[in-house]
Amino acid sequence: MKAMDDRRLETMVGNLLRTGVLLAAALVSIGGVFYLLQHHADPVSYRTFVPGADGVRTFSGVVHSALRFESVGWIQLGLLLLIATPVARVVLAVVGFALERDRLYVVVSLIVLVILVASLLRAV
Amino acid sequence: MTALSFTLVVWAISTLAGFLGALTGLGGGVVVVPALTLALGVDMKYAIGASLVSVIATSSGAAAAYVKEGFSNIRIGMFLEIATTSGAILGAFLTGYIGTSALAVIFGLVLIQAAYETVFNAPHEGGPAIQSDTLGDRLRFAGTYPANGMEREYKVRNVRTGFGIMFGAGTLSGLLGIGSGAMKVIAMDRAMKVPFKVSTTTSNFMIGVTAAASAGVYLSRGYIDPRVAMPVMLGVLGGALLGSKVLVHAPVRTLRMVFATVIFALAIEMIVNGLRGKV
Repeated sequence: MKAMDDRRLETMVGNLLRTGVLLAAALVSIGGVFYLLQHHADPVSYRTFVPGADGVRTFSGVVHSALRFESVGWIQLGLLLLIATPVARVVLAVVGFALERDRLYVVVSLIVLVILVASLLRAV
Repeated sequence: MTALSFTLVVWAISTLAGFLGALTGLGGGVVVVPALTLALGVDMKYAIGASLVSVIATSSGAAAAYVKEGFSNIRIGMFLEIATTSGAILGAFLTGYIGTSALAVIFGLVLIQAAYETVFNAPHEGGPAIQSDTLGDRLRFAGTYPANGMEREYKVRNVRTGFGIMFGAGTLSGLLGIGSGAMKVIAMDRAMKVPFKVSTTTSNFMIGVTAAASAGVYLSRGYIDPRVAMPVMLGVLGGALLGSKVLVHAPVRTLRMVFATVIFALAIEMIVNGLRGKV
């Protein structure tokens, strides 16, 4: 008997992704409400691009900002969680293919994972 | 504009974009980026950063529903993601070196193609391939999909061509912050002869992973601004959920035509503004 088939694996992954998205949306909403309570009357313009501070551009910066209870930090933490959902999907695919003893697709998924991590490492 | 009114306007536009994007299968990004840049004067870098985030949200959020339908092919998806993610990183890097005006023109051209596909969209004729070619065989791409209450088999061909188109789709996704789902479907459905339903659901699965590959580059460059991305992500996600709920009863054909017209108008506007250097 196969311990794991494609179908069960995909259902598991699908549910995990949805939970991640809902959790991310909750964090973004909480941060958004606090941001608007504090800054609703501030004038804003996004006409010219200015790269933001480390607090919104790096993982450690975002975590620190969120721990200081800054509203934008919470929003950004939610967005990081969101970005993590497809990565989690690939990690689970590696595990699933390994359980199926499908060596070819373990390698394929690992290549995708390495590419993702290489991109995300830029924001450490 | 105050932060409150900006947030509300962007949220409303994004909800509408997510709703129409889900109904027509084109995704929300193709409307959000031009709407933000043209109507609200938001710099394209903020717009594509926010759009990219919303692309991940709709892809991951809808994954569970698609799995239930039993169409998507995780092997085809994962293999082609090697192409889309490397393309996405290339595209995300290029955004730093291509001027905003040029980006706007490229975006406009992609929109025209999307509008064309929406109107003249035709799945390949002749049903699924009867025989896989060598590469399709070696990668064990063949699968089954439910059709008329039966499990129907399909085989897969032209893997190299599909892989190449996927690299292009990934590059556009990273360059413009969109899911480029339409191009992914073309690669699978037309080039590789994967059944249309399998192509669209597998494409949805791939969009999130592709976008995540650009996200690291976008984040480190500051394209993902929480104050812009917040209303876009919440709006597109909410709109898409709503859209998938009413999908069964909607007059999809009419909606597609309306949406295609809107996209075409936005495309011309983007190109004109890009050429005049006004974006």
